[in-house]
Amino acid sequence: MAKVLVVTSGKGGVGKTTSTAALGATLAQMGQKVVVIDFDVGLRNLDLILGAERRVVFDFINVVQGIANLSQALIRDKRLDNLWLLPASQTRDKDALTEEGVSNVIAELRTRFDWIVCDSPAGIERGAMLAMRYADEAVIITNPEVSSVRDSDRIIGMLDSRTVKAEQGGRVEKHLLITRFDTARAARGEMLSIDDVLEILGIPLLGIIPESQDVLRASNVGSPVTLNDASSAPARAYIDAARRLTGETVPMTVPAPRKGLMDRLLGRRAA
Amino acid sequence: MHLPWLFGGRTASAPVARERLQILLAHERGSRGQPDLLELLRAEILSVVSRHVALDPEKVMVRMDRGDLVSMLEVDIEVPNVAEKWIAATT
Repeated sequence: MAKVLVVTSGKGGVGKTTSTAALGATLAQMGQKVVVIDFDVGLRNLDLILGAERRVVFDFINVVQGIANLSQALIRDKRLDNLWLLPASQTRDKDALTEEGVSNVIAELRTRFDWIVCDSPAGIERGAMLAMRYADEAVIITNPEVSSVRDSDRIIGMLDSRTVKAEQGGRVEKHLLITRFDTARAARGEMLSIDDVLEILGIPLLGIIPESQDVLRASNVGSPVTLNDASSAPARAYIDAARRLTGETVPMTVPAPRKGLMDRLLGRRAA
Repeated sequence: MHLPWLFGGRTASAPVARERLQILLAHERGSRGQPDLLELLRAEILSVVSRHVALDPEKVMVRMDRGDLVSMLEVDIEVPNVAEKWIAATT
């Protein structure tokens, strides 16, 4: 049965789009049929992170308004046959997405895909509400930093009250994904620890993505970090997280960067 | 001589972050649902009043000012003047 997963955070810039691309790509590599949807109307970026920015012809709003059908708007990934993108539009009319329109599109996608991954815009306005509205599960992206944790707490409250699942008396299954984590700084007491964040937010941990230069490197070339260098620390962390999403039990670790030969010879800490 | 930097020691700031968050979120979680209560009050007040007076739903304001001991519920309804005649005619 298809699962609708929202990737959300409240705060901007914490890694929603990076995580949507990485988790979507990994699920697709595992043989699942995946569509990632960009809900950030007016500020789309998932197309860019996936390297599909020049292939966008029709978008989500065109489909909702009946200008194009889903098959015309869906973009198949060039690297992964199982991965598809439904891009957001670049128009500034945020009201173009209606609850009924989104509901219809999601219902149709449910018949064609195993995973429907919704990349939420930042904030708690209409776009963010619509992205979470039909979710079965949620990945909450949190940086170990006070403003991000506070906004995540707010979003968790909304997932428990404003989703269709919650209104029908059910609950959206929530997963915490901590991104930009720096093990050394946390150990020195300069950064909230994993336990601190877990204790405050009180939802189960899906994974810990270490702070890494590999993330920027992958976005520069338009590739999910898991495809760009599958052996990098953030890629391994995302792959573990995706496996946990499918129900596998994977021991929780913070992958460390591999050290190159020169680093080892010189006793340097890898970046 | 006090040389904390020699031992790697700026004081840890993470415990401060954790404590601030715990206090703040306890407060924010407690006040959650308030906007929904106000929306409910607004809807019910609107329905009661509009049984007798034609109202513009946009002109019904319900606000809550929270104080330490008591809170103030403020209801502000703008009634169009034509309504007076209408009340007079029906009562």
